Amino acid sequence: MGRGGSRAAPAAAAPPWHVLPDEVWEHAFSFLPADSDRGAAAAACRSWLRAERRSRRRLAVANCYAASPQDAVDRFPAVRAVEVKGKPHFADFGLVPPAWGAAAAPWVAAAADGWPLVEEISFKRMVVTDDCLEMIAASFRNFQVLRLVSCEGFSTAGLAAIAAGCRNLRELDLQENEIEDCSIHWLSLFPESFTSLVTLNFSCLEGDVNITVLERLVTRCRNLKTLKLNNAIPLDKLANLLRKAPQIVELGTGRFSADYHPDLFSKLEAAFAGCKSLRRLSGAWDAVPEYLPAFYCVCEGLTSLNLSYATVRGPELIKFISRCKNLQLLWVMDLIEDHGLAVVASSCNKLQELRVFPSAPFDAAEQVSLTERGLVDVSASCPMLESVLYFCRRMTNEALITIAKNRPNFTCFRLCIIEPHTPDYTTHQPLDAGFSAIVESCKGLRRLSVSGLLTDSVFKSIGAHADRLEMLSIAFAGNSDLGLHYILSGCKSLKKLEIRDCPFGDKPLLANAAKLETMRSLWMSTCSLTLGACRQLARKMPRLSVEVMNDPRRGCPLDSLTDESPVETLYVYRTIAGPRSDTPACVQIV
Amino acid sequence: MEIDADNLSATELRLGLPGTSSSDDWQKKPSPSVGAKRALDDTRSEASGTSPATAGDLDHDTAAPPKAQVVGWPPVRAYRKNTFQAAAAAKKAEQQQGGGLYVKVSMDGAPYLRKVDLRMYKGYRELSDALDALFTKSISAAAAAAEGGEHQHAIAYEDKDGDLMLVGDVPWDMFISSCKKLRIMKGSEAR
Repeated sequence: MGRGGSRAAPAAAAPPWHVLPDEVWEHAFSFLPADSDRGAAAAACRSWLRAERRSRRRLAVANCYAASPQDAVDRFPAVRAVEVKGKPHFADFGLVPPAWGAAAAPWVAAAADGWPLVEEISFKRMVVTDDCLEMIAASFRNFQVLRLVSCEGFSTAGLAAIAAGCRNLRELDLQENEIEDCSIHWLSLFPESFTSLVTLNFSCLEGDVNITVLERLVTRCRNLKTLKLNNAIPLDKLANLLRKAPQIVELGTGRFSADYHPDLFSKLEAAFAGCKSLRRLSGAWDAVPEYLPAFYCVCEGLTSLNLSYATVRGPELIKFISRCKNLQLLWVMDLIEDHGLAVVASSCNKLQELRVFPSAPFDAAEQVSLTERGLVDVSASCPMLESVLYFCRRMTNEALITIAKNRPNFTCFRLCIIEPHTPDYTTHQPLDAGFSAIVESCKGLRRLSVSGLLTDSVFKSIGAHADRLEMLSIAFAGNSDLGLHYILSGCKSLKKLEIRDCPFGDKPLLANAAKLETMRSLWMSTCSLTLGACRQLARKMPRLSVEVMNDPRRGCPLDSLTDESPVETLYVYRTIAGPRSDTPACVQIV
Repeated sequence: MEIDADNLSATELRLGLPGTSSSDDWQKKPSPSVGAKRALDDTRSEASGTSPATAGDLDHDTAAPPKAQVVGWPPVRAYRKNTFQAAAAAKKAEQQQGGGLYVKVSMDGAPYLRKVDLRMYKGYRELSDALDALFTKSISAAAAAAEGGEHQHAIAYEDKDGDLMLVGDVPWDMFISSCKKLRIMKGSEAR
């Protein structure tokens, strides 16, 4: 069946509908917003497959080892925007050995060769080198967007290459990367003729920047909408920058620290008053409370406030947040405490996402008065609240049941009770009942993290009720293999499962081996697995990559170890690319 | 679901630091029974550099490994951890150098000054008692020399702006952060 079919049809007999030219299907598919829908369409028949893959412009590779870069380029030749994610999520917490992998270089090389028209590249949790950045700058004529999230391996030299080489750059978005400071004034390498920047985020950069150069850049980029500064920008310079870019929509203030001075305060206040379009605010904020009123004029317009690095506390903080009546997203430290959250509950009724981070995660002595109360209040008064990340030190089943009843519309519920195995502090019971209520009530729940004292019975509930759950994180929970079995035999939509420090062993893993191919990945560390079971799993499921990682100090290679040896970390993922060849010594693909 | 031995001890409420009392669970040898913890954890605790016994103070040394016994718990991103540690250390360093810790104490009539660490005291009462103790000799000498009158002393301090203020008006925390020098004044001057 070819494209020529429809052209040959005589006028008297119209061609059957499915013989329409590819362009028609491509146009139809362009209305499908989600990649998963496009993927489903592509699976319908060969002509749709052809039409879909040849017109695909955006590609998201959720696991860089699930397919090879060449596979991706061959299958989707017309891609303009690509996003690739590398290391497993627990790499954020130091559980993945260094040099594990996730190099961006093969992807950049394949893209340079097969997708010369690429305009956007995003990497998350990958190792990006300066060479990669140089290659990006040199290979893509119309390169516009570079987004690097939680990456490492590059320095300001790589940024210099991007600045100098990407004539049409619109977005340079560096989020929480480890960037080596080579003292290269990369900002100065944006040519004087360069004016296309819309987003500039260098908040994670540790070193100094040339402020004069930054001011000139900000002044000439009239379309700049997002500006996120690093800690090196002093407060009075911030005021200057704001005056040069009053059209700003998103601002990261950097450190925002200075002794209170009325002149500086007035200057800041005036600068903010000029920013009529400011909607999103974030910053490191060693802020002195006396400066917070300088923001009052923008509060009402704010939809997003990220104070999760701010150590400011007390009544000034609460007064400030209470003025932000249109907030949809709020990220704060637990320094806000329960009474602060009560104020948030009554003032910020449009809140959709709340994250509360621990100010002293490793110091139990420094108690902050943030408990289950705060979350209950917010869940009761914010009808649009659907996403929560909450670190606290105590919880009750009753609170969780109340929260579940208040907010059946949760799509993401992540609760982290800081001390492992913490029970309900009033009844000393496990928190099974509470989390069960959450999964039973929140039918649209897509992401869940559980914590506290939990037995196998909570996993029975999760397996049975969490039909839409895609990502589940479990730590220090459960009491037997049954817990894991409930999850793997239930949870119809499960894509990512990450488990640490749970007494789950070989049996449920092997019994549910087929399930693993329906999932993106499984992570299990410090559980009760043996090497023999991992080998067996790998034999049984050839389309899974079974990676075993042991503590390097305990001896490699793993080949010499027997089937009975305990496995410290197991990472399993489905792949069409076969076993990867870039594993370090302490990782073995069995 | 029956709760096994491991979890029974885990249900005890603990106020200790993460991992300090649960370290017993961690170091159990793996047993064939279900629910056993792993012996690997002692290597991990060695790796994180803290022993079960010590508290390991985040405040004292930024270079010290995380206080948590358990690697990667609580699940706080390395980036956030580093940023917060750096901020906390910077703040502590600033506070150490800035005003309000070791301050000079002068007493009218005393031959030499003393120094006190304001952070040693939790409130004005303790400070007053400590100053009495420091300057006992001078006080009684002054009392003897006085014409049988009162040997009441007023404690004053010099704040950040250089003004002489009477101790006791503002909350303790505010006082410590703004006090630069202490001065014990003779009753007659104070009036």
